Amino acid sequence: MTDSPGYQEIMAQRADIMKGSARIDYAQYATGKLAFDYERLLADTGYDLTTTREIQSRTAVGNTPLVELENITELARAVAKPGRGARIFVKDEAANPSGSFKDRRASLSVHAAARHGFTGVVAATSGNYGAAVASQAAKAGLRCIVVQEAFDSQGIAQPEIAEKTRACEGYGAEVIRLSVGPELFYVFLQVLKETGYFNASLYTPYSILGIETLGYELALQIQEQAGAFPDVVIATHAGGGNVTGTARGLHKAGATESTMIAASVDLSGLHMASDQDFNRKSFTTGHTGFSMPFTSWPDRADVPRNAARALRYMDRFVSVSQGEVFYITQVLAELEGLQRGPAGNTSLAAAFAIAQELDREQIVVVQETEYTGAGKHPIAQLNLAKNMGIEILRGDPEDNIPGRRIVIPEHPSQITVREVELDHVRRSYLRHAMELLPAGEGLDQIDLEFLATETRTSQTWVQEVIDELP
Amino acid sequence: MTEPVAKGSWVEIHRIVLPAGERASQVPEDTQQVPLEMRVKGFLVEPASLGEDVEIITTTGRRLHGTLTDFNPAYGHGFGAPIAELSTIGGEVRAMLRDRGRVK
Repeated sequence: MTDSPGYQEIMAQRADIMKGSARIDYAQYATGKLAFDYERLLADTGYDLTTTREIQSRTAVGNTPLVELENITELARAVAKPGRGARIFVKDEAANPSGSFKDRRASLSVHAAARHGFTGVVAATSGNYGAAVASQAAKAGLRCIVVQEAFDSQGIAQPEIAEKTRACEGYGAEVIRLSVGPELFYVFLQVLKETGYFNASLYTPYSILGIETLGYELALQIQEQAGAFPDVVIATHAGGGNVTGTARGLHKAGATESTMIAASVDLSGLHMASDQDFNRKSFTTGHTGFSMPFTSWPDRADVPRNAARALRYMDRFVSVSQGEVFYITQVLAELEGLQRGPAGNTSLAAAFAIAQELDREQIVVVQETEYTGAGKHPIAQLNLAKNMGIEILRGDPEDNIPGRRIVIPEHPSQITVREVELDHVRRSYLRHAMELLPAGEGLDQIDLEFLATETRTSQTWVQEVIDELP
Repeated sequence: MTEPVAKGSWVEIHRIVLPAGERASQVPEDTQQVPLEMRVKGFLVEPASLGEDVEIITTTGRRLHGTLTDFNPAYGHGFGAPIAELSTIGGEVRAMLRDRGRVK
């Protein structure tokens, strides 16, 4: 199997295309063999929290309601041990212009593109972010191209992505729909090179700084509504931006003691680049197929240095099953009158279980919802799953097997979280990092400090793990 | 022979980006065996019939070539039939809260 000459040629130009299309010279932030100045990379954009809030308010982004889920809280208390069952709140990010928190990410990207004189933006995304970039570009008068992985070799579109195609085209964007495979990046680079448009990557500093307002707002809102900062904030976790930006915003509001939990849908066993698995996932984001590789190595992104560095910010990492998320999505609609999700409800499923670990006076905030609609709904996903031969049944979520069997809980007491061992992820991160170290060279002091910060551990621990590597 | 699609119609084109066998080396076996396909919509530059190689102008003004596969392509995604495994959940959890005096 060989890569085609055209493919190799474009991939070889990757660094130059990237540098011109994001207007960030990432090389200048290197401080060691592996280390780079993350805070300076973010600060040099010029977007502090106040500026970001002002920019977002001009396009009706942010200031979304924080809603207490009193009935879901009561349901959690009905199955919790006596005295347990924290209050659950949700930040209704579906109230953003294109229907998700991704508008926050897109707002600064599009603002930066316009400021630097670009005439258009390109985003490689099959999710809500495409609609967000298209929406912001429409408002800013910029052209927009969205590159999606949208259908399998049988021509079957993933329904949620089909809805994203419609949404992007509704905002006037050009949508390039591709079949399955990581060579999407090759097409993306070709388009950037041909058009000279701005790379509205999910992983630039703009995209992360735009989310800080979410964490900041929710900290102020919960203070006002409940008189305290949250004990726990749970974010649906995929590429790492949601966790990173939200945690940074919480810190800026002074909520430094809140426990930050990342939650992903378990898709273990399914290959993200497999044509046959593509329509067997039943989820397009918020799943372990993204979150595991991106947490253990963030710099696999479409920019040289990913500004989403979730491992720096998460206190805990959990997974939930597909069936549990579909169940809680139905409960959210029928007990709280909110039809949202489904992928964003991954953190709500986790919150339902985690609230039961906490006392009744404690507070759990689920930091996002997303809009729902045709294609982007549990009914659409489960009908596709049935057509793909996946078994759907009520039962014990422990029997859920991604791609083969979706088990909808029979009772809310069956919703639990599975811990992702953070030390395991940290070791995996360090293994990836050390692969980049030139042969025969050792780490400098600044690299050790950097790796300790990246993994939220100590230099001693980092050194011990590195010494154990083969 | 179908009626030619009129110039200026909103259409979809299809193109093979990478044929099977020329996929990136890291993709899994099943994906290696199928091509990387692309579908893009735009306005048709000259009248043509389905299956012909055509040029379109996209909404960003790009001119692209490919096989004409559809005109005025429909958005076919929806919901489908209700899912029995979801439809009784509401009643079950409401009953639990009714016992606790929260719902009627």
